Amino acid sequence: MNDTTFAGFVRPDGSVGVRNVVAVIPSCGCAQHVARMVATAVPGAALVDYTGGCGETSADLAVATQLLAQMGRHPNVIASLVISLGCEGLDARDLSARISQGWAPTELLVIQEMGGTRKTIARGIEIARTLAEGASANERRSCPASTLTVGLECGGSDATSGLAANPSLGVMADRLVAAGGRAILPETSELLGAEHILMDRAATPELAAQIERVVKACERELKATGEDMTGKQPSPGNIRGGLTTVEEKALGDVLKGGSTPVVDVLTYGQLPRRPGLSFMDTPGNDLASVTGLAAAGCQVIVFTTGRGNPMGNAIAPVLKVTGNPATYARMAEDMDVNAGEVVEGQATVAEMGERIWEIVLAVASGQQTAAERTGHQEFMMLRKGPLY
Amino acid sequence: MLVNVLLLHPDDSVVTAIRDLAQGERLCAEALPSELCTRQPIPFGHKVAIHPIATGEHVIKYGASIGVATAEIAAGEHVHTHNLTSVRGDASR
Repeated sequence: MNDTTFAGFVRPDGSVGVRNVVAVIPSCGCAQHVARMVATAVPGAALVDYTGGCGETSADLAVATQLLAQMGRHPNVIASLVISLGCEGLDARDLSARISQGWAPTELLVIQEMGGTRKTIARGIEIARTLAEGASANERRSCPASTLTVGLECGGSDATSGLAANPSLGVMADRLVAAGGRAILPETSELLGAEHILMDRAATPELAAQIERVVKACERELKATGEDMTGKQPSPGNIRGGLTTVEEKALGDVLKGGSTPVVDVLTYGQLPRRPGLSFMDTPGNDLASVTGLAAAGCQVIVFTTGRGNPMGNAIAPVLKVTGNPATYARMAEDMDVNAGEVVEGQATVAEMGERIWEIVLAVASGQQTAAERTGHQEFMMLRKGPLY
Repeated sequence: MLVNVLLLHPDDSVVTAIRDLAQGERLCAEALPSELCTRQPIPFGHKVAIHPIATGEHVIKYGASIGVATAEIAAGEHVHTHNLTSVRGDASR
């Protein structure tokens, strides 16, 4: 434990936000357009771009409802507006009620009851504006770093991810855990061939067995498709960047989890239960993975990318670290940290990890990320079952 | 010595180029033995074998297997999808 602090927004329930977002949440794809028009018109509002909600298995609907409710109750969210069509499979009233169990206000608009698109947009903008006014009443205060939950994502990897960006992020994860915070390592399909490293660090034999079960289940699922995974994991861009196999990608990927014990294994979007490093079972797909991290309450997500992925998130700021100096030079507007200095011998992994930690604290204190400046707000809810 | 490749673990059978390497260029890294030159041009981020690898043998990077060789690989040769395949990601294995 140490006394590292950042300037956050202390919520009535004791959680700490790093942004003041009004979440506009469509409860199905058919409400997406109205929700988008509302979110776009109101400063401080963000679209939680959910496109499911109908014709899905009850298991998928249950997960989506739970995770959207967690989005509405995220520490970075000061209010939610749920926009429902009125006939969808997902129970929007249940979703709204679940969000209301938190401290933040929630409103629900039903397009079919409002009498159509324009009326709902107009009323939605009015409501969202009023909700956003609540943000001005908030002031940042000094908060211990132990209140932070940070997601450790990587995407658009190349050989530099394992050489520079991920080991540096691992140093940051160790600093966060030492400060008493929570780090979440996602992306099961990118652990194939490196699971032994996490299993060796599991806090208990049960957790080691659980890591193995989750990774083996993912491997079985992938192989059951009968498809050769080459070209998917690693992706064509990964391969051009010098990564040949999923094992090689995994061994570079796992480094972003640092060196502390794995204290828990979480399901997709599950809220972390204890301080330290948790492993979360998510796809390697960056949008779906980052959405799971945001739903789990990560106030900040660090995203390493050798090839250069510009994506962000509606609720949690996503900061970008590239280990590839050429990518940094080419896509500077999308990058926050140039870990390419490690490859070029200008900085050590330890120094770069310290720099990332400082930037995480600065972003948590309000500094905009590249993805925020460029307007990125990606979202993708994982769906396991078919669409009927 | 100007380092142009990285050896990540003492057990590794490959090194990673940290700049584009020409054919016949000498590999320079700390702890890298002998005089070893590239047999092909090696792009930034790609791997080069540092000793001979037999067909079917595991290729080692980060001190662990990254798959098996699908062809005989000579020291100095480019190691990528043409001579290395995944064990874990291949449905036929």
